[in-house]
Amino acid sequence: MSFDGLWPYIYIAIAGWLATDLWRWAGVLAGNRIDETSEVLNWVRAVATALVAAVIAKLIFFPTGTLETSPLWLRLGAVVFGAVCFFFGGRFRQILGIAAAIAFLAAGLAITGA
Amino acid sequence: MTAETAPEPQSQMHWFLLGMRGIFSLPAIILMLSFVGFAAFTAEAKIPVEQVMFMTGMVWALPAKVILVGSMLSGAHIAAAFIAVTLSSVRMMPMVAALIPEIRDRRTPTWLLLIISHFVAITAWVFAMEHVRTVPREGRVAFFAGFGITLTVANIILVGLVYGAVSEFPPIVSGCLFFLTPVYFLTSIWISARHRVIYWALGIGLALGYVFAVIAPEYDILLAGVIGGTVAWWGERWLRQREAGR
Repeated sequence: MSFDGLWPYIYIAIAGWLATDLWRWAGVLAGNRIDETSEVLNWVRAVATALVAAVIAKLIFFPTGTLETSPLWLRLGAVVFGAVCFFFGGRFRQILGIAAAIAFLAAGLAITGA
Repeated sequence: MTAETAPEPQSQMHWFLLGMRGIFSLPAIILMLSFVGFAAFTAEAKIPVEQVMFMTGMVWALPAKVILVGSMLSGAHIAAAFIAVTLSSVRMMPMVAALIPEIRDRRTPTWLLLIISHFVAITAWVFAMEHVRTVPREGRVAFFAGFGITLTVANIILVGLVYGAVSEFPPIVSGCLFFLTPVYFLTSIWISARHRVIYWALGIGLALGYVFAVIAPEYDILLAGVIGGTVAWWGERWLRQREAGR
Protein backbone atom coordinates (compact mmCIF):
# COMPACT_ATOMS: atom_id res chain seq x y z
CA MET A 1 0.00 0.00 0.00
CA SER A 2 1.03 3.61 -0.44
CA PHE A 3 2.21 5.46 2.65
CA ASP A 4 1.12 8.88 1.36
CA GLY A 5 -1.76 11.06 2.46
CA LEU A 6 -4.40 10.41 5.06
CA TRP A 7 -5.25 6.81 4.17
CA PRO A 8 -2.47 5.11 6.23
CA TYR A 9 -3.71 6.96 9.31
CA ILE A 10 -7.29 5.85 8.72
CA TYR A 11 -6.00 2.32 8.16
CA ILE A 12 -4.04 2.39 11.44
CA ALA A 13 -6.99 3.92 13.32
CA ILE A 14 -9.51 1.32 12.17
CA ALA A 15 -7.46 -1.87 11.74
CA GLY A 16 -5.11 -1.02 14.63
CA TRP A 17 -6.67 1.19 17.26
CA LEU A 18 -10.33 0.16 17.01
CA ALA A 19 -9.45 -3.54 16.56
CA THR A 20 -7.48 -3.45 19.82
CA ASP A 21 -9.36 -1.01 22.03
CA LEU A 22 -12.70 -2.76 21.44
CA TRP A 23 -11.37 -5.66 23.53
CA ARG A 24 -9.98 -3.36 26.20
CA TRP A 25 -13.40 -1.72 26.56
CA ALA A 26 -15.07 -5.14 26.68
CA GLY A 27 -12.59 -6.04 29.42
CA VAL A 28 -13.58 -2.97 31.47
CA LEU A 29 -17.28 -3.77 31.18
CA ALA A 30 -16.70 -7.43 32.11
CA GLY A 31 -14.23 -6.60 34.89
CA ASN A 32 -16.67 -4.12 36.41
CA ARG A 33 -19.09 -6.98 37.09
CA ILE A 34 -16.57 -9.34 38.65
CA ASP A 35 -16.26 -9.53 42.40
CA GLU A 36 -12.63 -9.48 43.51
CA THR A 37 -12.96 -12.64 45.56
CA SER A 38 -15.07 -14.67 43.14
CA GLU A 39 -14.22 -17.91 41.39
CA VAL A 40 -14.96 -16.21 38.04
CA LEU A 41 -12.01 -13.86 38.61
CA ASN A 42 -9.81 -16.89 39.26
CA TRP A 43 -10.82 -18.30 35.88
CA VAL A 44 -10.28 -14.95 34.13
CA ARG A 45 -6.83 -14.70 35.74
CA ALA A 46 -5.95 -18.20 34.53
CA VAL A 47 -7.10 -17.49 30.96
CA ALA A 48 -5.26 -14.14 30.84
CA THR A 49 -2.07 -15.78 32.12
CA ALA A 50 -2.33 -18.70 29.67
CA LEU A 51 -2.82 -16.24 26.79
CA VAL A 52 0.34 -14.37 27.71
CA ALA A 53 2.14 -17.71 28.17
CA ALA A 54 1.11 -18.71 24.65
CA VAL A 55 2.57 -15.45 23.29
CA ILE A 56 5.80 -16.25 25.17
CA ALA A 57 5.90 -19.79 23.76
CA LYS A 58 5.51 -18.45 20.22
CA LEU A 59 8.33 -15.95 20.70
CA ILE A 60 10.61 -18.76 21.92
CA PHE A 61 9.62 -21.54 19.51
CA PHE A 62 8.81 -19.47 16.41
CA PRO A 63 10.81 -16.22 16.60
CA THR A 64 10.89 -13.76 13.71
CA GLY A 65 13.89 -11.85 12.39
CA THR A 66 17.45 -12.85 13.23
CA LEU A 67 16.50 -15.65 15.59
CA GLU A 68 14.35 -17.40 12.99
CA THR A 69 17.40 -19.29 11.73
CA SER A 70 18.96 -19.93 15.16
CA PRO A 71 18.84 -23.53 16.45
CA LEU A 72 15.94 -24.37 18.78
CA TRP A 73 18.24 -26.07 21.29
CA LEU A 74 20.09 -22.77 21.72
CA ARG A 75 16.91 -20.86 22.52
CA LEU A 76 15.63 -23.59 24.86
CA GLY A 77 19.08 -23.88 26.45
CA ALA A 78 19.06 -20.13 27.11
CA VAL A 79 15.64 -20.34 28.80
CA VAL A 80 16.64 -23.34 30.95
CA PHE A 81 19.97 -21.76 31.96
CA GLY A 82 18.14 -18.51 32.78
CA ALA A 83 15.56 -20.45 34.83
CA VAL A 84 18.27 -22.22 36.87
CA CYS A 85 19.94 -18.88 37.66
CA PHE A 86 16.51 -17.41 38.45
CA PHE A 87 15.63 -20.10 41.00
CA PHE A 88 19.03 -19.87 42.72
CA GLY A 89 19.33 -16.11 42.31
CA GLY A 90 17.95 -15.02 45.67
CA ARG A 91 17.16 -11.34 45.94
CA PHE A 92 18.40 -10.45 42.47
CA ARG A 93 16.82 -13.43 40.77
CA GLN A 94 14.94 -11.50 38.10
CA ILE A 95 17.85 -9.53 36.68
CA LEU A 96 20.16 -12.53 37.18
CA GLY A 97 17.82 -14.90 35.34
CA ILE A 98 17.32 -12.50 32.43
CA ALA A 99 21.05 -11.68 32.14
CA ALA A 100 21.98 -15.38 32.24
CA ALA A 101 19.51 -16.30 29.49
CA ILE A 102 20.63 -13.45 27.24
CA ALA A 103 24.34 -14.15 27.87
CA PHE A 104 23.78 -17.83 27.00
CA LEU A 105 21.98 -16.87 23.81
CA ALA A 106 24.62 -14.29 22.80
CA ALA A 107 27.46 -16.77 23.38
CA GLY A 108 25.62 -19.45 21.40
CA LEU A 109 24.92 -17.06 18.52
CA ALA A 110 28.58 -16.02 18.47
CA ILE A 111 29.81 -19.64 18.46
CA THR A 112 27.35 -20.85 15.83
CA GLY A 113 28.26 -17.81 13.76
CA ALA A 114 25.02 -15.85 13.48
CA MET B 1 5.45 11.75 71.03
CA THR B 2 2.52 9.84 72.41
CA ALA B 3 -0.37 10.60 70.12
CA GLU B 4 -0.52 8.24 67.19
CA THR B 5 -1.51 10.14 64.10
CA ALA B 6 -3.18 8.32 61.26
CA PRO B 7 -1.02 8.49 58.15
CA GLU B 8 -1.90 11.53 56.05
CA PRO B 9 -3.97 10.38 53.05
CA GLN B 10 -1.87 10.96 49.96
CA SER B 11 -3.23 12.98 47.07
CA GLN B 12 -4.10 11.47 43.68
CA MET B 13 -1.16 13.42 42.27
CA HIS B 14 1.17 11.59 44.65
CA TRP B 15 0.06 8.19 43.33
CA PHE B 16 0.16 9.38 39.74
CA LEU B 17 3.75 10.55 40.20
CA LEU B 18 4.65 7.30 41.95
CA GLY B 19 3.29 5.44 38.92
CA MET B 20 5.32 7.71 36.61
CA ARG B 21 8.45 6.71 38.50
CA GLY B 22 7.86 3.17 37.23
CA ILE B 23 9.43 4.33 33.96
CA PHE B 24 12.79 3.66 35.66
CA SER B 25 11.90 0.06 36.45
CA LEU B 26 13.27 -3.09 34.83
CA PRO B 27 10.05 -3.88 32.90
CA ALA B 28 9.88 -0.36 31.44
CA ILE B 29 13.52 -0.50 30.34
CA ILE B 30 13.07 -3.91 28.73
CA LEU B 31 9.96 -2.73 26.90
CA MET B 32 11.85 0.32 25.63
CA LEU B 33 14.59 -1.97 24.31
CA SER B 34 11.87 -3.96 22.53
CA PHE B 35 10.59 -0.72 20.99
CA VAL B 36 14.10 0.06 19.73
CA GLY B 37 13.85 -3.30 17.97
CA PHE B 38 10.39 -2.37 16.65
CA ALA B 39 11.71 0.97 15.34
CA ALA B 40 14.46 -0.91 13.48
CA PHE B 41 11.87 -3.31 12.05
CA THR B 42 9.62 -0.51 10.73
CA ALA B 43 12.59 1.51 9.44
CA GLU B 44 13.70 -1.52 7.44
CA ALA B 45 10.13 -1.86 6.14
CA LYS B 46 10.22 1.83 5.12
CA ILE B 47 7.06 2.85 6.98
CA PRO B 48 7.19 6.64 7.56
CA VAL B 49 8.25 7.55 11.10
CA GLU B 50 5.12 9.69 11.75
CA GLN B 51 2.95 6.66 11.06
CA VAL B 52 5.09 4.48 13.32
CA MET B 53 4.73 7.02 16.16
CA PHE B 54 0.99 7.29 15.47
CA MET B 55 0.45 3.54 15.73
CA THR B 56 2.62 3.32 18.85
CA GLY B 57 0.23 5.70 20.61
CA MET B 58 -2.98 4.38 19.09
CA VAL B 59 -2.48 0.61 19.20
CA TRP B 60 0.13 0.36 21.95
CA ALA B 61 0.24 -3.46 22.21
CA LEU B 62 3.44 -4.59 20.48
CA PRO B 63 2.20 -7.92 19.01
CA ALA B 64 -0.84 -6.16 17.49
CA LYS B 65 1.46 -3.57 15.90
CA VAL B 66 3.72 -6.22 14.40
CA ILE B 67 0.66 -7.81 12.78
CA LEU B 68 -0.62 -4.40 11.62
CA VAL B 69 2.72 -3.59 9.99
CA GLY B 70 2.73 -7.01 8.33
CA SER B 71 -0.73 -6.30 6.91
CA MET B 72 0.30 -2.85 5.66
CA LEU B 73 3.38 -4.29 3.96
CA SER B 74 1.46 -7.05 2.22
CA GLY B 75 -1.17 -4.54 1.09
CA ALA B 76 -3.93 -6.40 2.90
CA HIS B 77 -7.49 -5.07 2.67
CA ILE B 78 -8.40 -2.98 5.71
CA ALA B 79 -11.05 -5.56 6.73
CA ALA B 80 -8.54 -8.41 6.60
CA ALA B 81 -6.08 -6.34 8.65
CA PHE B 82 -8.83 -5.55 11.17
CA ILE B 83 -9.62 -9.27 11.62
CA ALA B 84 -5.96 -10.27 12.01
CA VAL B 85 -5.27 -7.53 14.56
CA THR B 86 -8.49 -8.04 16.46
CA LEU B 87 -7.83 -11.78 16.83
CA SER B 88 -4.41 -11.03 18.29
CA SER B 89 -5.99 -8.56 20.71
CA VAL B 90 -8.77 -10.71 22.15
CA ARG B 91 -6.38 -11.46 25.02
CA MET B 92 -6.75 -7.81 26.10
CA MET B 93 -10.25 -8.57 27.34
CA PRO B 94 -9.39 -11.09 30.11
CA MET B 95 -6.24 -9.13 30.93
CA VAL B 96 -8.22 -5.92 31.49
CA ALA B 97 -11.04 -7.85 33.18
CA ALA B 98 -8.55 -9.32 35.67
CA LEU B 99 -6.96 -5.93 36.34
CA ILE B 100 -10.12 -3.84 36.81
CA PRO B 101 -11.31 -5.50 40.08
CA GLU B 102 -7.81 -4.94 41.50
CA ILE B 103 -7.63 -1.21 40.82
CA ARG B 104 -11.13 0.27 40.94
CA ASP B 105 -12.91 1.32 44.06
CA ARG B 106 -16.64 1.76 44.44
CA ARG B 107 -16.56 5.36 43.25
CA THR B 108 -14.34 4.95 40.19
CA PRO B 109 -16.38 6.08 37.17
CA THR B 110 -16.57 3.64 34.25
CA TRP B 111 -15.57 6.29 31.68
CA LEU B 112 -12.27 6.74 33.51
CA LEU B 113 -11.61 3.00 33.41
CA LEU B 114 -12.47 2.95 29.69
CA ILE B 115 -9.87 5.65 29.06
CA ILE B 116 -7.05 4.16 31.12
CA SER B 117 -7.72 0.68 29.73
CA HIS B 118 -6.08 1.93 26.54
CA PHE B 119 -2.72 1.82 28.33
CA VAL B 120 -3.01 -1.88 29.14
CA ALA B 121 -0.57 -4.08 27.24
CA ILE B 122 1.44 -7.02 28.52
CA THR B 123 4.19 -4.97 30.21
CA ALA B 124 1.86 -2.52 31.92
CA TRP B 125 -0.40 -5.39 32.96
CA VAL B 126 2.43 -7.45 34.47
CA PHE B 127 3.81 -4.35 36.21
CA ALA B 128 0.40 -3.35 37.57
CA MET B 129 -0.49 -6.84 38.81
CA GLU B 130 2.89 -6.92 40.59
CA HIS B 131 2.87 -3.48 42.21
CA VAL B 132 -0.73 -2.43 42.68
CA ARG B 133 -1.01 -4.31 46.00
CA THR B 134 1.52 -1.92 47.52
CA VAL B 135 -0.75 1.04 46.73
CA PRO B 136 -3.89 1.79 48.78
CA ARG B 137 -7.05 1.17 46.80
CA GLU B 138 -8.01 4.83 46.39
CA GLY B 139 -4.68 5.53 44.70
CA ARG B 140 -4.53 2.55 42.35
CA VAL B 141 -6.25 4.06 39.30
CA ALA B 142 -4.00 7.13 39.50
CA PHE B 143 -0.95 4.90 40.01
CA PHE B 144 -1.75 2.82 36.94
CA ALA B 145 -2.58 5.90 34.86
CA GLY B 146 0.73 7.50 35.83
CA PHE B 147 2.68 4.42 34.82
CA GLY B 148 0.72 3.55 31.67
CA ILE B 149 0.53 7.05 30.20
CA THR B 150 4.20 7.79 30.91
CA LEU B 151 5.31 4.48 29.40
CA THR B 152 3.24 5.05 26.25
CA VAL B 153 4.38 8.65 25.73
CA ALA B 154 8.01 7.72 26.41
CA ASN B 155 7.89 5.00 23.77
CA ILE B 156 6.24 7.26 21.18
CA ILE B 157 9.12 9.71 21.64
CA LEU B 158 11.70 6.90 21.74
CA VAL B 159 10.48 5.43 18.46
CA GLY B 160 10.69 8.88 16.83
CA LEU B 161 14.22 9.44 18.14
CA VAL B 162 15.81 6.11 17.29
CA TYR B 163 14.00 5.46 13.98
CA GLY B 164 16.63 7.25 11.93
CA ALA B 165 19.56 5.92 13.92
CA VAL B 166 18.91 2.20 13.88
CA SER B 167 18.45 1.10 10.32
CA GLU B 168 20.21 -2.14 11.04
CA PHE B 169 21.71 -3.82 14.09
CA PRO B 170 24.36 -6.51 14.12
CA PRO B 171 22.43 -9.83 14.16
CA ILE B 172 23.54 -10.78 17.67
CA VAL B 173 22.22 -7.51 19.09
CA SER B 174 18.84 -7.70 17.37
CA GLY B 175 18.53 -11.38 18.36
CA CYS B 176 19.18 -10.58 22.03
CA LEU B 177 16.81 -7.58 21.94
CA PHE B 178 14.09 -9.88 20.61
CA PHE B 179 14.73 -12.55 23.24
CA LEU B 180 14.57 -10.11 26.17
CA THR B 181 10.79 -9.92 25.88
CA PRO B 182 9.85 -13.60 26.45
CA VAL B 183 12.49 -14.07 29.15
CA TYR B 184 11.36 -10.95 30.98
CA PHE B 185 7.67 -11.95 30.77
CA LEU B 186 8.45 -15.39 32.21
CA THR B 187 10.31 -14.05 35.24
CA SER B 188 7.74 -11.32 35.89
CA ILE B 189 4.72 -13.58 35.79
CA TRP B 190 6.45 -16.01 38.16
CA ILE B 191 7.38 -13.26 40.62
CA SER B 192 4.02 -11.48 40.54
CA ALA B 193 1.93 -14.66 40.93
CA ARG B 194 -0.11 -14.53 44.12
CA HIS B 195 -2.32 -17.51 43.38
CA ARG B 196 -1.27 -21.08 42.68
CA VAL B 197 -3.48 -21.13 39.58
CA ILE B 198 -1.11 -18.62 37.91
CA TYR B 199 1.78 -21.13 37.92
CA TRP B 200 -0.49 -23.79 36.47
CA ALA B 201 -1.80 -21.45 33.77
CA LEU B 202 1.74 -20.38 32.90
CA GLY B 203 2.98 -23.95 32.45
CA ILE B 204 -0.06 -25.22 30.56
CA GLY B 205 -0.24 -22.05 28.44
CA LEU B 206 3.42 -22.44 27.39
CA ALA B 207 2.90 -26.07 26.37
CA LEU B 208 -0.40 -25.44 24.56
CA GLY B 209 1.02 -22.30 22.94
CA TYR B 210 3.52 -24.54 21.19
CA VAL B 211 1.01 -27.29 20.39
CA PHE B 212 -1.60 -24.96 18.86
CA ALA B 213 1.04 -22.97 16.96
CA VAL B 214 1.79 -26.25 15.19
CA ILE B 215 -1.74 -27.59 14.67
CA ALA B 216 -3.85 -24.40 14.42
CA PRO B 217 -1.50 -21.45 13.78
CA GLU B 218 -4.26 -18.96 12.97
CA TYR B 219 -5.99 -19.19 16.34
CA ASP B 220 -3.13 -20.54 18.44
CA ILE B 221 -2.97 -17.81 21.10
CA LEU B 222 -6.71 -17.74 21.58
CA LEU B 223 -7.11 -21.52 21.82
CA ALA B 224 -4.11 -21.96 24.09
CA GLY B 225 -5.40 -19.19 26.35
CA VAL B 226 -8.99 -20.26 26.69
CA ILE B 227 -8.39 -24.03 26.82
CA GLY B 228 -5.14 -23.83 28.80
CA GLY B 229 -6.54 -21.29 31.25
CA THR B 230 -9.72 -23.29 31.78
CA VAL B 231 -7.83 -26.56 32.34
CA ALA B 232 -5.46 -24.82 34.78
CA TRP B 233 -8.35 -23.23 36.68
CA TRP B 234 -10.38 -26.45 36.79
CA GLY B 235 -7.42 -28.59 37.89
CA GLU B 236 -6.28 -26.17 40.54
CA ARG B 237 -9.80 -25.78 41.90
CA TRP B 238 -10.22 -29.56 42.03
CA LEU B 239 -7.03 -29.86 44.07
CA ARG B 240 -8.06 -26.96 46.30
CA GLN B 241 -11.41 -28.61 47.08
CA ARG B 242 -9.72 -31.93 47.79
CA GLU B 243 -7.31 -30.21 50.17
CA ALA B 244 -10.18 -28.44 51.88
CA GLY B 245 -12.14 -31.67 52.16
CA ARG B 246 -9.42 -33.49 54.05
